[in-house]
Order: sequence, then C-alpha cells, then structure tokens
Amino acid sequence: MKMDIEKVARLARLELSEEEKSIFGKQLDQVLEYMEQLEGVDTEGVEPTSHAIPLSNVFREDEQTDSFPREEVLSVAPEEEEGYFRVPRIIE
Amino acid sequence: MDLCRLTIHELHDLLVRKEVTSREVTEAFYDRIRCLDDRIQAYLLLTEEEAFRKAEEVDRKIAKGEPMGDLSGIPIGIKDILCTKGLRTTCGSRILGNYVPFYDATAVKKLKARDAVFLGKLNMDEFAMGSSTENSGFQITRNPWDLERIPGGSSGGSAAAVSADECAGALGTDTGGSIRQPASCCGVVGLKPTYGRVSRYGLVAFASSLDQIGPITKDVEDCAILLEAISGYDPHDSTSVNVPVPDYKKSLVKDVHGMRIGIPEEYFISGMDPHVEKAVQEALAVFEREGAKVKKVSLPHTPYAVAVYYIICTAEASSNLARYDGVKYGFRSREGRDLMEMYTQTRSKGFGQEVKRRIILGTYVLSAGYYEAYYRKASQVRTLMRNDFAKAFGEVDVVVTPTAPTPAFRIGEKVMDPLQMYLSDIFTIPANLAGLPAVSIPCGFSAEGLPIGLQIMGKHFDEETLLRVAYTFEQETDFHLQKPKGLA
Repeated sequence: MKMDIEKVARLARLELSEEEKSIFGKQLDQVLEYMEQLEGVDTEGVEPTSHAIPLSNVFREDEQTDSFPREEVLSVAPEEEEGYFRVPRIIE
Repeated sequence: MDLCRLTIHELHDLLVRKEVTSREVTEAFYDRIRCLDDRIQAYLLLTEEEAFRKAEEVDRKIAKGEPMGDLSGIPIGIKDILCTKGLRTTCGSRILGNYVPFYDATAVKKLKARDAVFLGKLNMDEFAMGSSTENSGFQITRNPWDLERIPGGSSGGSAAAVSADECAGALGTDTGGSIRQPASCCGVVGLKPTYGRVSRYGLVAFASSLDQIGPITKDVEDCAILLEAISGYDPHDSTSVNVPVPDYKKSLVKDVHGMRIGIPEEYFISGMDPHVEKAVQEALAVFEREGAKVKKVSLPHTPYAVAVYYIICTAEASSNLARYDGVKYGFRSREGRDLMEMYTQTRSKGFGQEVKRRIILGTYVLSAGYYEAYYRKASQVRTLMRNDFAKAFGEVDVVVTPTAPTPAFRIGEKVMDPLQMYLSDIFTIPANLAGLPAVSIPCGFSAEGLPIGLQIMGKHFDEETLLRVAYTFEQETDFHLQKPKGLA
C-alpha cells in the first residue's frame, strides 16, 4: 500500500473500519498509480495555477454591516447553551 | 395539452396570453411528479406549500396586468446543494440530513426575485462527488431513458427531472462535469458558465477553484433565460467577477457562417463508443453545412486532465469539508466522550464512502512530503492546460468535443471501481480546470436509444458564442425534441 491510510485518516478526523481500510487502500493505490503519469510532464519553471481566472486579494470597505442574528445561527446547531455552541469536554 | 412537456419559454407564452395560470401549471407538475417520481427518484424534497403560495402570488400579478418576466410563475427544480431558506438542504449527505438553512443562496434569491416557482430539491451525489448520483446518501436516481441506467452525476436529479418533464428547468452545479455529463446522459441541455460568472454564495462548497452553478433545461433558449437570471457580480462571493451580464436571448441567432470550430484530436481517443464518435462527426457536418469552418486544434495536455483534477479537487475538498465537525450545524454523533472523539465519530458516521475516500486522498496529496509531488505538480500541469486552451482560442472561436466517452452506463457498473468512474469525466474536466464556459446539447442516440451529448467550449465570459452555436445546431436538428419512451 502506498499510503499509511490509518495515519492519513487520523489527520482528517476519520475512523475507518477494517473493511474500509482494506477496500480504500486498494482503490487509492490504483488512483495514485494513475496519478504518477504526471511525473512525465516537464513543468520546469511553470507557475502553478490556483485559480483559473486571475484574482488578487479582494477587499471591501472597513464598514460595519449586518450579520445573521445569533438566534438564527444557533437554531441549526446540534447543541447550544446561553447563546453559545455547546461541545463535549475539551480538557480534563 | 400536456403542460409538463413544454419549455420555459412556451409556458411563459401561455401565461402571458392567460391561457393557463401558474397554479394550473404547478399542479400539472406535481401530478406528474406524484405519478412518476417513485420510479425516477429525482426529488429529495417537495415544497408544495411554498410553490402554490408563489404561483398564486404570480397569478394575482398577472390578473392585475403587472409586467411578467420570463421566469414568472415557471416551475423550477433546485439541486440540493444550494441553500434554500427554511427548506431542508442536505447536499445529498446524511451529515446535513437535518440542515435547514436560514438564508438563500444568491442564485436562489435571484430566481425568487424573478418569481420562479420552486417545486423542490433535487437529488445528487453526496457533496457533488460522483458521476452517477449513486453516491447520494438517500436514494439512487434513475435515467428516464432506461431505468436500469444512471442519470449521470453529480446533478443527476436535476437532469433526470428535466428529462422526465418533472420540472420546466433546473439548477445544477458543475465541478468536473456535473452539469454537462448528466445533461448528456439524459438528453437535455446543460451549461457550466465561466468561473466567476455566477455567484456561489450559499452553494455548499466542494472544490472552490472549480465549482460553478448553471442551468439544465429542455432547449437552448431556456438555457439562455436561466443563465441570465442567475449571472452577475455579488459582493458576497469574492470570486464572482464584476463584468456586465449580456442579454443572452440576443445570442439565439441561427448563424455560424464563417465561425471557426476547433476539433481537438486528443479527445478522439481509443475506447470511445463508436456511436458517440459518429454522432459528433455528424454534428460537425451540420456546422460545416451552415458555413462554419471546422479545423483541427491541439490540446496536448488533455491526457493528464483526470489526474490533475482528482488531485486538485480532493485537496480542496479535504479542506472545505473540515467544517463538518458536529459543532455548528448538521449531524453530531453522541458517542464521543470528548471533543476529539465527537469530531471523529460525527465525520465517520456522517460521510459516505466516496466522500471519505476523497477526503483521505486530498489529505494525503497535501500532506508533508507529498505536497510537491502531487498538489504542486498538478497545479503546474493545470497552467499548461490553460496555456493549451489560450493557444487554441487564438485560432478558433469554440472547441467542440463529445461530452462523455460513452452514453449512460448501468447502475452498479462502476461503483466499486473509482478510477473507471473518474475517467467518465475526462472530456468535461478540462473546462473546469481552465475556468471556461461549456455547454452540452443533445446530438444523437446510441443503438440502445440512449442520448448522446455534444460539448461546446468557449472563451472566458463568451457564453454568447456558445449559445449561438448551440442554438444553430438545435434549429437544424430535432434531438432535443425527443422524449423518453414508456414513462407515463
């Protein structure tokens, strides 16, 4: 297997079943092998493209504008308390 | 008269002449959906209450003699990737199974402002990751032309609904072909606008340097109408470009005389379905007959498109989908004992197989030690592909290719073979990588009677030429008038 799939999954905050590890491992090996064809392309001195349309930083005026009301934003949260998102314990 | 079979512009004419009401049209579509959608499975959510309220509002305006836009009272379907205020928006994912947005996507807002009637939300591959709609977390949409086949993806619900006359037109989104490939599979028109043409505010992000929203319709005129309605700069999306929106209906001119049409030799690969190749060759003959000049062009980096795309889109997805952490919205697993376990359990239970596969691949290609070999390399080859197009568009006005190498494949055929699934996007991906506009229009049928699509790609912000070429073809042929048989 080309990648340490458990380590990569952990970085992505995913836990895979044994079956997923084995199936994904094989499938991703195939995909990565296919991607190796890029090694054959001469990219010496070629600038990378991150956006197809040239974009520089986009600024707006530093003026206060309306934002969504807190109640609306919290209305879709799995758990909230006193105007905050509630999460499980973080530190002992 | 079967109202559901009509195009947007035909329905508009009837409404203007007061021969039907928007309520009657809306009822006709819901009747058809009730009778058909058990088999097609295009809709994830029907929004009848909202729809009838809007239809009646439009009917009152018509009765008062108020001016009517092209979309007033017209029933439209929305891909479930676009946020709709007060209406569940799942993006085809269990992780957003209970998500009800408190705002509208800009594209949705613009259609609302034009008094379109929303019938409901349409099925898709989870987070738009797929080419068959089999990756939906909820249901498998079927191709109206053959219920054993896929409708294409990821906007499979949108294309199937338009094809089966379950809506007058629909919005889809396209990251690597997700409007054009399903349009091709279902025998309808689908256009991916130039990157920056349409605001993506309220579009659930997959790969932000590639995603675009666009129309899926029954003909090219409808495509122009919907495209114009959703186009334009939006301060809420800093990647939308501030250039004027043309009157796209003015491009509906049957004239390609003297136009230069480029045929890239790299697209006519071995393994292409012979019916697809024949249909495209015949389409080129139509353009020549109409006075266009067909000439060969070269896009030499085309063979690398799939490799480049699946590095870039998975890298961007792994970053975009980090937001699904069970804290702010959507599903949260109750099993984790601490925050880290809650994150991991939420994501592992909430995401489907293809999404996990792509997040892992994207995380890998961005990780220390592999970034240069994969992500940076792919971004450089992307530049070379852009340069190929820039050179080609120095010689021709549009580039014409098949939309997909084969007609719709069978449900289940490629599910366990992601690489084969990825390769079905080979002809549509380059336009996303280069940010170009591209449209797929019906251009023939295979021996089994499955639709075949013709792709027309154009220069940045030159949707007008695409529409003109597509319209000319449509006026000379009747492929777009064919309907799936044996439905109802």
